[in-house]
Amino acid sequence: MAEATAGAAPVLLSRRPSHTLRACLREPKVVAGGCFILFLLVLALGASWIAPKDPLEQDILLGATPPFWLPGAEPGHWLGTDDLGRDALSRVIYGSRVALTVAFVAASLAAALGATLGLVAGWYRGAIDATISRLVEIWMAFPPVLLSILLVAVVGAGVGSVIAAIAIIDWTRFCRVVRAETINQASADYVTAARAMGFSQGRILLREIFPNVLPVLIALVSLEMGIAVIVEAILSFVGLSVSSDTPTWGGMIAQGRQLLHQGWWILAAPLAMLFLTVLAFNLLGEGLRRALDPVMRR
Amino acid sequence: MSSRIAYRLAMAAITLAGVAVIVFILLRVVPGDPIAMMISPGASPADIAALRAHYGLDASIPVQFAVWARDLLRGDFGVSISLHRNVLELLAERLPATLELAVAALIVAVCLGGAVAVIATLLDDSPVAPVIDAINGLFLAVPDFIWAFALVLLFGVFAPILPLSGRIDPALDARFATPFYLTESLVTLHLSTFLDVARHMAMPTLALGLPLAAIITRVLKESLREAMVQDYVLLARLKGMSKLRLVLQEALRNAVAPTLALTGVQFTFLIGGTVIVERIFGYPGVGNMAIDAVINRDLPLIQGLTLVFGALFILVNMLVDLLVVAANPRLRHG
Repeated sequence: MAEATAGAAPVLLSRRPSHTLRACLREPKVVAGGCFILFLLVLALGASWIAPKDPLEQDILLGATPPFWLPGAEPGHWLGTDDLGRDALSRVIYGSRVALTVAFVAASLAAALGATLGLVAGWYRGAIDATISRLVEIWMAFPPVLLSILLVAVVGAGVGSVIAAIAIIDWTRFCRVVRAETINQASADYVTAARAMGFSQGRILLREIFPNVLPVLIALVSLEMGIAVIVEAILSFVGLSVSSDTPTWGGMIAQGRQLLHQGWWILAAPLAMLFLTVLAFNLLGEGLRRALDPVMRR
Repeated sequence: MSSRIAYRLAMAAITLAGVAVIVFILLRVVPGDPIAMMISPGASPADIAALRAHYGLDASIPVQFAVWARDLLRGDFGVSISLHRNVLELLAERLPATLELAVAALIVAVCLGGAVAVIATLLDDSPVAPVIDAINGLFLAVPDFIWAFALVLLFGVFAPILPLSGRIDPALDARFATPFYLTESLVTLHLSTFLDVARHMAMPTLALGLPLAAIITRVLKESLREAMVQDYVLLARLKGMSKLRLVLQEALRNAVAPTLALTGVQFTFLIGGTVIVERIFGYPGVGNMAIDAVINRDLPLIQGLTLVFGALFILVNMLVDLLVVAANPRLRHG
């Protein structure tokens, strides 16, 4: 779908930052998505002050108490507790740490890897392009969920493995779009001019073409962050992410699925958080794509 | 046309070989010993070596690959280490369940997505149009993983009308001649069995189908909007044709090609999605088995499963290419 934006005129992203920022802030989707992500960032960074309880503190006597609006709720446990009496709200808040870490780091790594290969393939064409494109096709023949589980299972569970797995799998998304965009930009007049002025290939690629590919890339990174949050949750659900004493949304979902008969809220709280986060990253990405792409803005 | 197909087949073979090589190497260069997971604590080093030799894991990686590739070309996928059964048999047993699920999800997505796109086009200038757009936008953002659990809460807890896991009620003493339970029970008119299988499939099917339905709605609606202002549609409108007939008879026929191509690509993602959705609903397909195979480091089974998924991906892509060419006369002579 992102390929559809190919053909965009140069946006001059780096040269007029204030103009670009204003274009972004005029887009309601950017504001809505961005605000929620900022809120989440505050939760993650300030979890130890914001969370009402210790997320690991157990109280067997208060197992599976419901959230505050239901009868039988325990004061102080706003979203109820799990079977071990751990506070759901605090665990959801702490869970944002792993989710955001994975989102930011994995999406950046995937983007760096994919964009580099995409730029190289789109600029040099020929045998390099053919090799990289074939690699992308082979990569895409794997179901991503299976490949990520495979990678994490062989490397060993943990946040680092999850991040590495996401980057190794999802670079193809960036590679395909950046390659198409690079091919598109390479035929533009400003590139011909840069060649005529005798600029080196590396300079043209990095200083002329890359800034014009950047808007598409930024929007894609935001969408990828949403995907990364889901993949982390999936791996936590299967039991291959961080150790079980670190609260994660996926781990809580897995637990909630087991304890469905004891209380639906154990599943609902982390699921709602996951949903809102993915929605926010999607809104942000969609909005950025519209704001940064002059063709779509028209 | 035939040279085009030959080229595609050659490329498909290269891709599939690439998948095989990468998985094979990946599984062997990384730490983790499948033998260590199957021996009892008291096994002697000699026992371990014997077991390793039994599964051919004592040879060098290139030799192991050569043996595996040779057997594969003879149709021998090896023996599962954790399940102690022929991999091909296991695949033949489980793949139909996944195929039925994936195709059911595709049918739901096409019908639902298509219907919503047509309705949205009919209501294009009414006040509900932005509402439909907003809801569709929401559906576009929600992946199968979240849908699956939302459905579990909805139909498993708040209105507990659907079974939460499995493919068929074990109390139902149904006998099947083929592993295609849903299709077989429908064809042989065992309606109560069909209903039970369908009820078990309902939630995983919706979890997989709803995100695809949203994508189909968006693309088809866009194409329909473009088609509705074409000359031939305007002419038909001047002749006094109703809007419903305009959309269904004139616009839809010409708007369907872009949707077809996109649906094909998205269907390959849907097949990938079966892995986690089958896990969530305890559905006995290849995806669910794949997760167990990975956790148990069952090398022959993982290799067989990745090949099956890779082959499905390539097959669907080729079918879609052919369909798109068939649907567009201009490409037929390209």
